[in-house]
Amino acid sequence: MTKLTKRLGPTATALALCIGLVLSAQASAADLEAGKKIAFDRSKGNCLTCHHIEGGTLPGNIGPPLVAMKSRFPDKAKLRAQIWDATAINPHSIMPPLGRHRILSEKEVDLVTDYIYSL
Amino acid sequence: MKKILTLLLSAGLVATATQAVSSPKEDLEKFRMYYEQRFPGIQLDDFGNGPYALDASKRLQWESMEEFPPYEDYIDKGSEIWETPFKNGKSFASCFGKDPSKVRVKYPHWDKASSQVVTLEGDINKCLKDNGEKPFGWKKGKIAHLGAFLGYEARGQKINVVIPDDPKALEAYEEGKHFYYAKRGQLNLACADCHIQYPGHRVRGQLLSTGLGQTTHFPVFRAKWSKAAANSDGMGTLHRRYGGCNKQVRARPFKAQSRQYRNLEFFHTYMSNGLAINAPGYRE
Ligand code: HEC
Ligand code: HEC
Repeated sequence: MTKLTKRLGPTATALALCIGLVLSAQASAADLEAGKKIAFDRSKGNCLTCHHIEGGTLPGNIGPPLVAMKSRFPDKAKLRAQIWDATAINPHSIMPPLGRHRILSEKEVDLVTDYIYSL
Repeated sequence: MKKILTLLLSAGLVATATQAVSSPKEDLEKFRMYYEQRFPGIQLDDFGNGPYALDASKRLQWESMEEFPPYEDYIDKGSEIWETPFKNGKSFASCFGKDPSKVRVKYPHWDKASSQVVTLEGDINKCLKDNGEKPFGWKKGKIAHLGAFLGYEARGQKINVVIPDDPKALEAYEEGKHFYYAKRGQLNLACADCHIQYPGHRVRGQLLSTGLGQTTHFPVFRAKWSKAAANSDGMGTLHRRYGGCNKQVRARPFKAQSRQYRNLEFFHTYMSNGLAINAPGYRE
């Protein structure tokens, strides 16, 4: 057993490092602020047209309020997919396919996802 | 939401690729029933009041606007336009008949001879041209003033669009219907998304009206238009509004009085058959 651990040592360290990297890939405050800006901007995400978001003025009520997102989307990739192209999930969705229709760039979708995930 | 979708599906109101062609009469029955079930208690004619039928506080604001309606001056201007003779001595009555209250209810209609949908605006400009006058602009100004007068004179009469059993007319109707249900523009939104799926909901601060009753009060005075530009007095035609609703989804708008918008008007107005004309309307 000890032999095995010893042999796995370097691999395990590498693995731990990887996990550490993933964790530290959490969005910085500046990124969150950038994501929020894109989400609120009428010519970008314009999410407030349809969603209540903390801190946004004159929200619409077409979609559900965006709160407690981590509990609704434990899997961040699914959240990104909803923002990228809501019609892939619900073909009748009124929500614009922000990524698929190039309303936002890949990077912008990432930033918005991080921000929404933080709500 | 699920309940709404089921209702939409059962009403056949969600456009699908395999949508079977139903008769205009069947469409109309489903369309009407859908809104009646969704908004029980609202009187049929009241749907012609758009957002004000759906929200009590908006209604109060609107009712106080209606005490001194900002469109009144334009009805007067329209009346003057109606009365003023052309250079050849004739007037609009030579094209539309003497009684201005009998004009609005005839539009839009299918014209068999030219195989197309004819609108009030189209005939106004045709009348001008036929009499050697310069036609009006299509979306605002004099055309909307005359429309406001003719609409006001016709208040209370029922919308009564006839879709003749003529394959070409049915094709035009189908094109208009398809237009209403098709997603378009960078934002990928259909008229139906906003006005069938989500009437009564708010996009930002604006309350979405029902597709039912959306054409009864045109031309309309819109506060937003009155602030738009120096040459915009607030009055606008239905096709001006169509252009606006296309632009806001980042789609290229069609030209006012294009075939696409005339066919849309044909379908869209037919869906409000039986509702009272209440033009001109006020909207925020
Ligand atoms: C035109 C309306 C509209 C706009 C604009 C819009 N959404 Fe949505 N959104 C909806 C609707 C409606 C739903 C409900 C599910 C569906 O129909 O797709 C939804 C669902 C969602 C969900 C899933 C919520 C849940 O708990 O299931 C997320 C997350 C979301 N939207 C994020 C966004 C973000 C972020 C933006 C802007 C970048 C945005 N939306 C812009 C209408 C909109
Ligand atoms: C993003 C949502 C959205 C879409 C898509 C949309 N509209 Fe609208 N529409 C609105 C809003 C908001 C208003 C102003 C409030 C109201 O009257 O509904 C409006 C108003 C209107 C009005 C004026 C109603 C009135 O009572 O004066 C008409 C007519 C109309 N829309 C037709 C259309 C048509 C036709 C289409 C498709 C070509 C369309 N709309 C697409 C949001 C939308």
